[in-house]
Amino acid sequence: MKKNFSKVLSIFRGLLIVLKYAFRRPVTIRYPEEKRKLPSRSRGRHYLTKWADGKERCVGCELCAIVCPSQAIYVKPAENTPDDVHSHGERYASDFQINMLRCIFCGYCEEACPTGAIILGNEYELSGYDRESLIYTKEMLTEKNPGDSGRDPKREI
Amino acid sequence: MLAQTMEVLIKGLVLVLLLMGAAAYMTFLERVLMARMQLRLGPNRVGPFGLLQPIADGIKLLTKERFQPAGVETFTYWLAPSISAFLALFIFVLIPVGGTVEIWGHPIRLQIADVNAGIVFLLAFSSLAVYGVVLAGWSSNNRYSLLGGLRGTAQMISYEVPMGLALLTVALSAGTLSLSEIVEAQKEHWFIWTNPVSFLIYLITGFAETNRSPFDLPEAEQELTAGYHTEYGGMKFAMFFLAEYINILAVSSIAVTLFFGGWHGPGDLPVVWFLVKIAFFVFFFMWVRATIPRFRYDQLMSFGWKVLVPLATLNLIVTAYFILVWK
Repeated sequence: MKKNFSKVLSIFRGLLIVLKYAFRRPVTIRYPEEKRKLPSRSRGRHYLTKWADGKERCVGCELCAIVCPSQAIYVKPAENTPDDVHSHGERYASDFQINMLRCIFCGYCEEACPTGAIILGNEYELSGYDRESLIYTKEMLTEKNPGDSGRDPKREI
Repeated sequence: MLAQTMEVLIKGLVLVLLLMGAAAYMTFLERVLMARMQLRLGPNRVGPFGLLQPIADGIKLLTKERFQPAGVETFTYWLAPSISAFLALFIFVLIPVGGTVEIWGHPIRLQIADVNAGIVFLLAFSSLAVYGVVLAGWSSNNRYSLLGGLRGTAQMISYEVPMGLALLTVALSAGTLSLSEIVEAQKEHWFIWTNPVSFLIYLITGFAETNRSPFDLPEAEQELTAGYHTEYGGMKFAMFFLAEYINILAVSSIAVTLFFGGWHGPGDLPVVWFLVKIAFFVFFFMWVRATIPRFRYDQLMSFGWKVLVPLATLNLIVTAYFILVWK
């Protein structure tokens, strides 16, 4: 009897708890109008960064393409020639594509990169209307000016 | 005669329109309330504060394809939602919404039919609501629907018994079966103070009769997809949906009429007090839905037959004894 009574009582306690929660602020937000600020190290879309002098960091070593578990990265390396210097190394990436449909945002490419060329930014709104638009080309990935991606262009790696 | 007929027809029309609108907005209210209780925002896109959401839903449901699965019993399949909706609306014929008001010199009673056996009528028509559920479940030619329909039938019939016994104590206390006279009898004190146990039993059975959580076994999503209305879509489904919400209003207004003094209240504002009391009950229904998980089927049955029926019988006997002794 006493046990049953406490069971019934717990129903009312539950009701009161739910009522209490009704007066709290909702934890959800009106998404497209309001956006939550993500932690700075959260992983979103990729950037190919540049040095402070405007040269590309990527030296075309293909380590990112090798480490990528979902094989989303394609790198086509080419030699720097004296009158056409793209990077500080011997080679540079003449083509660099990331298939955002395959990418799982694990961040291994960022860890593998010896020059800190590829980094993952915070933007996560990466939808598109067709598959081609989601294969990011080198122009889309490379930051326009050094530091645009939020990464300090003077940083060594 | 003609004037009387016209009056009844107009009252009926106004009532039906009001109920449909109220049911539509109750769906919105329920969504918002549940959202707030679960720390969400709820629908807020259509119109200011999402207030046009029910209209958008209505348009969506109306313009849906008139789909009918293969192998259904066509006539019954189409009949079932209308039975549900009709019976839900019918209860309100008997409810006294207010006293007598004067409109353009005509005294108008705010009750469509003052039947002298109102409680019996109420019980009869609320039990008929089983037919909508069981016919929908059976005619859909779908196992989930059939299970839902059977569960609904068993549940509604089982809980009809304690409900009837609980309402009998009210009839005993008031000494009449007519709803308007029961309301009059509560002018001094509400029947919830004299019959609290009957009110509790009525409230529990009311939840079961409307198939609301925690007794929403006939339409348990997790086990029966949608129960008896699995195969219904578009406006046919909306009829069941409207019926469910109008049934909540019906159960609330019966509770208000029988236990909370009907339209009586401080000041001379008949309909307002009725609406306020109903609003409280509607809120309570949604509050309970956001809180209490579903009963298991055997728990439901044993609770109905082993707890509620004996309790209601005992309550009836005690009430009868007190009325014999004190009057």
